[in-house]
Amino acid sequence: MSNKSNVSQGVDWLLVLMYALLLGTGLLCIFMVEYKPDTDWIASFLGGKTNYSKQLIFVGICAVVATFILLADSKLFTAFANLLYVFGILLMILTFFIGKNVNGSKSWIPLGGGFNLQPAELCKIFTALALAKFLSMQETDFTKFKSQLIGGAIALAPAMLSIMQNETGLALVYFSFFIVMYREGLPPGLLIIGFSFGVLVVATLVVEPNLLAIILSAIAVLIIYLLRRQIKRNKAGLYVIVAVWAVCVGVQRFAVPYIFNNVFKCYQSTRIYSMVGKDYDCSLNKHQSSKNDKPAKKPDDYNVRQSEIAIGSGGILGNGFLKGTQTRGKFVPAQSTDFIFTSLGDAFGFAGCFLFLALYLLMLFRIIRVAERQRSVFSRVYAYSVASIIFFHITVNVCMTIGLFPIIGIPLPLISYGGSSLLTFTILIFILIRLDADRQMVLR
Amino acid sequence: MSVFNQSRSRVIQIIFLTVFIIITVQLVHLQVFSSKYKMAAESNAIFRKVVYPDRGIIFDRKRRALLQNNISFDLVVTPVETKGLDTVALCNLLGIDTAEYRKRIKEIIFKNTAVRPSTFEALLSDEMYARLNENMYKFPGFILTERKARTYPYNIGANILGYIDEVDTGFLRRHKDEGYESGDYAGRTGLERSYEKILMGQRGVKRFIKDNKSRIQGSYENGMYDTNAVAGKNLYTSIDVDLQAMGEKLMTNKVGAIVAINPKTGGILCMVSAPTYNPNYLTGSARKKHWADLALDPRLPFNNRPLGNMYSPGSTFKTVSGIIGLTEGVIDERTTISCPGYFTGCGTGKPKCLDKGTFSFTSAIAHSDNTYFSTVYKRLLDQSKYGSADSALSAFNEYAYTFGLGHKLGVDLPSEKNGNLPVGKHYRKIFGPKWYSCNVISNAIGQGEVQTTLLQLANVMAIISNKGWYYTPHIVDSIEGGDEYDMLASYKTKHYTDKRIHDSIYDAVQDGMQAVVEYGTAVRSKIPGIIMCGKTGTVENYDHGVKQQDHSFFGAFAPRDNPQIAIAVMCENAGQGAWAAAPIASLLVEKYLRDSIAGPERQAMLKEFENKNLIPLQMRLAMATRDSIKQVKEAQKRLQEKINKEAIDSTDDEEIAPEIKNTIPVKPVKDSSQKKKSTAVAAILNDEEKKKKQKA
Repeated sequence: MSNKSNVSQGVDWLLVLMYALLLGTGLLCIFMVEYKPDTDWIASFLGGKTNYSKQLIFVGICAVVATFILLADSKLFTAFANLLYVFGILLMILTFFIGKNVNGSKSWIPLGGGFNLQPAELCKIFTALALAKFLSMQETDFTKFKSQLIGGAIALAPAMLSIMQNETGLALVYFSFFIVMYREGLPPGLLIIGFSFGVLVVATLVVEPNLLAIILSAIAVLIIYLLRRQIKRNKAGLYVIVAVWAVCVGVQRFAVPYIFNNVFKCYQSTRIYSMVGKDYDCSLNKHQSSKNDKPAKKPDDYNVRQSEIAIGSGGILGNGFLKGTQTRGKFVPAQSTDFIFTSLGDAFGFAGCFLFLALYLLMLFRIIRVAERQRSVFSRVYAYSVASIIFFHITVNVCMTIGLFPIIGIPLPLISYGGSSLLTFTILIFILIRLDADRQMVLR
Repeated sequence: MSVFNQSRSRVIQIIFLTVFIIITVQLVHLQVFSSKYKMAAESNAIFRKVVYPDRGIIFDRKRRALLQNNISFDLVVTPVETKGLDTVALCNLLGIDTAEYRKRIKEIIFKNTAVRPSTFEALLSDEMYARLNENMYKFPGFILTERKARTYPYNIGANILGYIDEVDTGFLRRHKDEGYESGDYAGRTGLERSYEKILMGQRGVKRFIKDNKSRIQGSYENGMYDTNAVAGKNLYTSIDVDLQAMGEKLMTNKVGAIVAINPKTGGILCMVSAPTYNPNYLTGSARKKHWADLALDPRLPFNNRPLGNMYSPGSTFKTVSGIIGLTEGVIDERTTISCPGYFTGCGTGKPKCLDKGTFSFTSAIAHSDNTYFSTVYKRLLDQSKYGSADSALSAFNEYAYTFGLGHKLGVDLPSEKNGNLPVGKHYRKIFGPKWYSCNVISNAIGQGEVQTTLLQLANVMAIISNKGWYYTPHIVDSIEGGDEYDMLASYKTKHYTDKRIHDSIYDAVQDGMQAVVEYGTAVRSKIPGIIMCGKTGTVENYDHGVKQQDHSFFGAFAPRDNPQIAIAVMCENAGQGAWAAAPIASLLVEKYLRDSIAGPERQAMLKEFENKNLIPLQMRLAMATRDSIKQVKEAQKRLQEKINKEAIDSTDDEEIAPEIKNTIPVKPVKDSSQKKKSTAVAAILNDEEKKKKQKA
């Protein structure tokens, strides 16, 4: 509190520098996507009609917001954490009544003047704060199951609402809070089970059902055989193995097909299937109504292919700034938003992509380092939340452009064109910087 | 707890790192090792425009162009750019109505999208081009693009020159590494095919960047990788335009072939295949229709008869068997043989001879005595020194091969046939191992199994005129800029006939051949003032076992002392050699040596043969059948049109119907001018109306 006189005191300038570098890269990428050789780019830049000039305006807004956050009192965030969370949840519920339909998801609140607000985006910040608040409470003992359950609920409540809004991508982001909770004491078994479950689902998609059932059974028999001594001593082991086997086969035979046919929409199932190189038969899908929906003719496959081609086009050193052939030809759909990474790959090649990803990785490591030097649990949990959210965004976005993940429309942090996303990440990072500046304080 | 959590922090960092490594590995896969994506990117974004060079020109021996390149123009439209277009004006120029215009644009957009240029009207006439070119500024979105096509100023030589056509998949497979792409044109027959490599030149490639709708965005890397087109090389041939034209004229309404060779060089002076077609039929807009017509013609105009058909050479072959007989010593120049009306040597009464009497070697050739040469052939095969007819025939063939018979000569045109010299193995199969000369006696007079192409026959005449040597007959003498691919080397080596054949033997044969023209079978074809040596042939032939009118053959060379031209003429089903082939040959020889036909008698002969119709009866029947089918079809079509028209007349829309009535009978040129006038009036009316309105 004594340092309040100087705002810049304790600010982690390295983090700010990385933030600025990424923002600059983002502007550059959007410029590459929008650039047309035969138009006067300075005029269109100043005209404010193009995406890069709009993004620059957003950057200006972000600078103002960031300054305000740095000027604010750290205690403000702890004090308002729960309130903001409730506010965020209410906003999300509100979308069901006054929401505006954008691209098939009713998750936007019109603000007037052509601006729309996506509460689920803002809710990431609020959830991070709320989770930090909950975990930093003195009465919370996160080793207890009840606390873990509450923590999980705080993280997943907005996710549930997002799924109901038809924004699967945003909902997935909330799962990144499990990384934070793991850091705070969630049993590692959960992560392992989660991972195994993921492997099982992928295997279900890739391997023929009967063959997979046989493989699973074989694994079970093998394990029983290897552990026969222990099982002789203790029958419980056998039951566990059999139960696990039953669950696995159940998931593989019934749960996964059920989810793909009844929970997911046809296009979602198609996307996931197309990622493993298979066709999904939409006639199996419950949501497929015979009269309205046209049979989807692999549009998602097209996106991924064009995206992979654009990245592959760069080669090792790239085609050069503004010379990306795929970028200039506008082959990649949504290239200034979700597929912005392709413009980097096209123009700067593997070298550029590697440096860019290294910058991200350094930033994540820096945030973890910052997290670990906090005295207060609140700041630490919050810092981990920021790292996890950014990490999750990068992973999903980049993996989707290089064909390792089904297409989920989530932006690349600080790079993709779009005001809300940029503002969200700015607020996330600058609250962290503010909290870090006051790392000597114990915040609850 | 703190230590425990420290390790978990480490675990999280490792998770982050692992994910980044996975991403990096995938990036390495995509960007460094996988050329698939790089190539896909190129095909996505780079538009390779092939710049076609001018094909080489083919000249005759006096450097007159047998074919040329001509530029015709296509009207090309990019539908999205046609905003503000004066559609009516354009339609008037093109002579179409706006409904037709809209229909075509709709079709183009459907086929090739609205943003890419597509052909609106192909191969504009010169007049249309001139009219459009003046007004192009009025028609945004329309451009005139040039297209190269062949034209043939003399309308001759279709069978020699061949045609170019779009390559098919088979061609692409055969010429995989030569850079052809589908849509390219390549020589498919004739010289266009044989010398494709030389004529096509080197294509240039320009690279452009295109966008996701295939619109050109600019040149790729400022044209750094572009290559320029190199024009094809010209071919200089030995063909004589005048001779070829006259040959084709003489062969109109006949089925047959002519080959004339310059015996000194082996250069082919003319090569006529009849019936032929005007090579201009296969260029330009009506190409497809003509092609179908020609392909279905029962006279087989695509058949290159001088090379692609094998015939029994008939009595013209007696020159060869005579030479071999003299060489082997079974006869000499003074040997006389008499004929009672038929050959007595085998007791079958065959072959018959036309004139009874006793013949010396010279008179036997002059009167084409069958008995004389049957005796020679029988003596040849019965020679005791060979032991059997089998090996005697081999010895005979040994000689004959050196005359270029029995195998391809290697002329520089595709689809040449081998011809046939029967071998002992063939007869063993038919007559058993003990076959003897009487089994094969008809070979003596060029019937039976002996078969030659007309080119081979002409070459035999060249050999006799040269007294024992020849250059392989060929059409192309030289290539502009040198023979880069060594294609002409084989035409520069002299081939000799068997060394045992002395000049005196050739003299004897030439004596006989001169006698043929002086007082023998072809006396009608004597050219006053030119010593020509020739040999007639009258070839019996059968179609499905039914005897047809004889084929008429004549082989000749002239002048005897200094041979300039060796010629072979064949007229299918035209009767005796002296009736059709010999006069035609004599006219061509005179034309070549004197550059004109002298005297009213010879002129009359020229007229007579130009107008003679010697198409075989069977072909006439086939054509009549085809034409009548055509007529029936046309009648049906007219009837259908009439019905349709009546249907239109009966509808309420009376304005359209009379218009159709008018447009159908009027010729297209007139039609467009009429429309032009009518719109001019309309335009004035419009202006007047406008003025009235303004005043009001």
